[in-house]
Amino acid sequence: MTALLDAPLGTPSLSRRKLPWWGLIVTAVAAVLVTVLLFTLTPIYGRVIFVLVAAAIYVVAQTVVSVSVEGWRHAKNRLMTSLLIVAVILALLPLAGVLGYTIAKGLARFDGTFFTHSMRAVAESDPNGGAYQAIIGTLEQVGIATVISVPFGIMVAVYLVEYSSGRLGKVVSFFVDVMTGLPSIVAGLFILALWVLLLHQGNSGFAGSLALTILMLPTVVRSCEEMLKLVPVALREASYALGVAKWITVVRIVLPTALPGIITGVMLAVARVMGETAPVLLTVFGNPAINDNPFKGPQASLPLFVYNEVGQSFDNAVNRAWTGALALIIIVLLLNLIARTVARFARVRG
Amino acid sequence: MPTRPPGGRTIRPPGGHRWFTTTKESDIATTGRPPAPVGAPEDDDQYRGSTSLLTARKSRGGDTMFRWTAKGAGILVLVLMAAVAAFLIIKAVPAVANDKANFFTTFQWDPQGSGKFGIAALAFGTLLASVIALIIGVPVAVGVALYISQYAPRAIARPLAYVVDLLAAVPSVVFGLWGAIYLSPNLIPLSTFLSKYFGWFPLFASTNETYGKSILVASVVLAVMLLPIVAAISREVFVQTPTEHIEGALALGATKWETIQTAVLPYGRSGVVSAVVLGFGRAVGETIAVALVLSSTYGISWRILDPGGNTIAANIANRWGDANDSISQGALIASGLVLFAITLLVNFGARYIVRRGTKEAKA
Amino acid sequence: MKIKRHGAAVLGLAAAGTLLLAACGTDNNATPPAASSSGASSASAAPSAIKCPTGSVNLTLAGSTAQANAISLWAKNYETQCSGVNINNGLGGSGAGVTQFESGTVDWAGSDFPLSATDQPKADARCKTGPAIDLPLVPGPIAVGYNLPGVTSLNLSATTLANIFDGKIKKWNDPAIAKDNPGTTLPATGIQTFHRSDSSGTSFNFTNYLANEAKTAWTFGANKQWPAPGGQGDKGSALVSQDVKKTAGGIGYFELSYATQQQIPYAKVSNAAGQFVELTQQNTTNFIGKAAVAGTGNDLKLNFDYTNSDADAYPNVLVTYEIVCSAGNEASKLEALKDFLSYAASTEGQNAIVSQGYVPLPEIVRTKVVSAIDALS
Repeated sequence: MTALLDAPLGTPSLSRRKLPWWGLIVTAVAAVLVTVLLFTLTPIYGRVIFVLVAAAIYVVAQTVVSVSVEGWRHAKNRLMTSLLIVAVILALLPLAGVLGYTIAKGLARFDGTFFTHSMRAVAESDPNGGAYQAIIGTLEQVGIATVISVPFGIMVAVYLVEYSSGRLGKVVSFFVDVMTGLPSIVAGLFILALWVLLLHQGNSGFAGSLALTILMLPTVVRSCEEMLKLVPVALREASYALGVAKWITVVRIVLPTALPGIITGVMLAVARVMGETAPVLLTVFGNPAINDNPFKGPQASLPLFVYNEVGQSFDNAVNRAWTGALALIIIVLLLNLIARTVARFARVRG
Repeated sequence: MPTRPPGGRTIRPPGGHRWFTTTKESDIATTGRPPAPVGAPEDDDQYRGSTSLLTARKSRGGDTMFRWTAKGAGILVLVLMAAVAAFLIIKAVPAVANDKANFFTTFQWDPQGSGKFGIAALAFGTLLASVIALIIGVPVAVGVALYISQYAPRAIARPLAYVVDLLAAVPSVVFGLWGAIYLSPNLIPLSTFLSKYFGWFPLFASTNETYGKSILVASVVLAVMLLPIVAAISREVFVQTPTEHIEGALALGATKWETIQTAVLPYGRSGVVSAVVLGFGRAVGETIAVALVLSSTYGISWRILDPGGNTIAANIANRWGDANDSISQGALIASGLVLFAITLLVNFGARYIVRRGTKEAKA
Repeated sequence: MKIKRHGAAVLGLAAAGTLLLAACGTDNNATPPAASSSGASSASAAPSAIKCPTGSVNLTLAGSTAQANAISLWAKNYETQCSGVNINNGLGGSGAGVTQFESGTVDWAGSDFPLSATDQPKADARCKTGPAIDLPLVPGPIAVGYNLPGVTSLNLSATTLANIFDGKIKKWNDPAIAKDNPGTTLPATGIQTFHRSDSSGTSFNFTNYLANEAKTAWTFGANKQWPAPGGQGDKGSALVSQDVKKTAGGIGYFELSYATQQQIPYAKVSNAAGQFVELTQQNTTNFIGKAAVAGTGNDLKLNFDYTNSDADAYPNVLVTYEIVCSAGNEASKLEALKDFLSYAASTEGQNAIVSQGYVPLPEIVRTKVVSAIDALS
């Protein structure tokens, strides 16, 4: 299609002159060469600067070439296109950096022992020990936070979309937005003061779940709200026309229709709170031994485990920390994949 | 079923451009996931949600109960927020009342010793680091969003979007350590370069030759952390640009960039504003990553290359461990309250901008 | 309907996955792989000082991160022998530990400074029937690590250190440093100082040393929060030591284990007489042995004698106290608490932590600690 359009349509004089593809490659190679030259001749150094300078020289050179061949409108188009590609590269660099760094450091202890053993009776200097108790703790805490915040969040969203009319709805909606910006450590402090200290409930996995619930709730409400809004009104009307009550319409028609989107939103909220360190630091306490019961006694948590181990002096402890971080990323990734798969299946059948 | 052209854009009915009015501060951002257009094409705004032309049959007890449950959930959110605010205020007020210096103008944090503490330097550092993070991060994020939504073929766009979302999955401790151990030394050449050749610019002036744990490093880390949020929301807004607008521009002979300038960017403006606000919220509230990266000083300095700087959230993380009386804890909670107030103001501001944008769009 | 079945399937899958996972983990780390550290080898010989309580007990403590390695090693040796006991160190910093102790969420706290006058009544109130006491249990030296390629031995007087850390001395070949190190060729490298950005007992004890030994040069006093301008702050000793390690011209202070683990050379520092004292296990113990007990009864808070001019007493030290209730401990935990602390305070326990960068308590202090632990009720 595009090939056809690009082909000269009228007389050759009318079709614009176009920069050939190899022209861009030549420009790019030249830009890198000039940068190398610049770096050898001047005292400028550093990897980050090299990338920045090379990219800048390429973009400038390409624009100059393009202006002379194609005219300024197309040159501007090319310039902006390259800038966008530069943006994509700039965004991918830190991702590659962070992931590569974590993987490189995390592989040292990426073994069976790490995923099946706790830290009970392991000295910080020992090479063994694992994060099993922390993985279980994090899964349970985030699981409970999900169980609380999803129905709660869905009801709030249902209220905002289906029932609210007037000031209360607007106020709720505004404060849900404000809640989105609540610093995670403040959520932890709040639960610490209210649940652990004032109500004397002690540190437990559940206290951590409550703090995570506060962080998850606005995210769940917002994504559900958007999904519910996208449910076609015709479906609702069809249901009403059949004499079905409004609440049954919501439960049986609206929510199932929005389900795939809701699942995706929830799973991504889960991914976000799973890596939170500050709130669990203040609420779950941590535990070197396995505690399967989130409601009683201190429990471990994976981000907390990483945070504590990475500050130790012994390499063995630091290695455990990085493997913990890698495990955390992998768990979040798996949840992401599950969410997307489930959403796709539900969408196809729905 | 939605009608999806091969390009991946949903064809929307005329009037569909009011989409952003419903997504304003949406936090697709935080979820990294947008309201995917799961709906059918006939989901025109004015027929959405409860604004149905037909109403349900007046019904029985179940309906009333359900409505009150939903309303109760909404009210519970307000109660929760009121409780958080009340907790912050109750803890903060006695401490601030006991402050031996002016809480808003003092440049030190010594609640246990001299009893003097103030938010000035912390609030300044928080805003400076976050604003620079936005300056670095937003153009990149919007660029990525434009590339994914307007340029990339579908085979590249989907994995690329997924990969950028992946950044949101990295825990903040990891970002902090990466910033402190890897990024900080690797930015030294850039800092040296900037201070040497652009030292006349106040931000890049430098008193000494040690460039390590500076506001710049913290801002770059924050920029990376807010990138997925801003990119995800902007992307979704750009994707919703009415196809006929784009096609109209192209038909008039506009280049790709001119099309973006005239059709895509104006359409997405308020969505991008919301995205930036959410990114800002993430940046000001970030705790552990900044605490690991910043050098923690209590002064106001515009020199972003010099070691130093501090933020409210990082200060809480650094000082909470040794705050063991109600004054020093209350002082930290008071700083949390200020952070809360900043978030509130920014949200107000964003709503205002978006509303104004909506009016302009309607006009 | 199909959607619902999918949702149920996902929930079922998640539940099954968690159960499956719950079945495959173990607390049993009893067979450590071939360990390189001497800490592991000491576990093989069953410590005789451990009696083991009956039943299962969970002991929790929080606070000082400086004693983390010592507690983890003791906990390992103890738990290996007593399968019913779990020891959980929540860390979090000294002040947080004391706060948690006062609010009753932990059984005892580790703190790098004794209870303050304002904390004492709150801690006593928590204990109800007896006062809370400070037991010095984990002593260790603070190393002043440096990174100067080519320089393997360095003397730094307290005054020079004070001037380096508040930014008055900027180059390594400064006359003041040269005067401390006759015969050593010092490079002209710029000095980069690293300090803790978080509140810490390490900062407190290091600044306390400077405040006492360099009274005129160090004007900032002793402070948990790093008080001097300039330099770069790092959260935690791990980052401070890493920054010194990778920065030519860098200098910083941290617990000894960070220096030995990363092979960072550390300086000899001056005592009250201006002599340079090497950081060794014996020199550190010697210095702490001269400390005066400032507390009353079984409260053993120490006042370091910074006027000590012995050439074999290293004055830059840190002692972590265990803050416990002298009476009024929870009955179900008392036996385990006493047993664990007794083991930690035994000669065996004290010698075990040398491999982790600490020093054993001087005998004169240790015997007092042991009798105080015996008297806990």
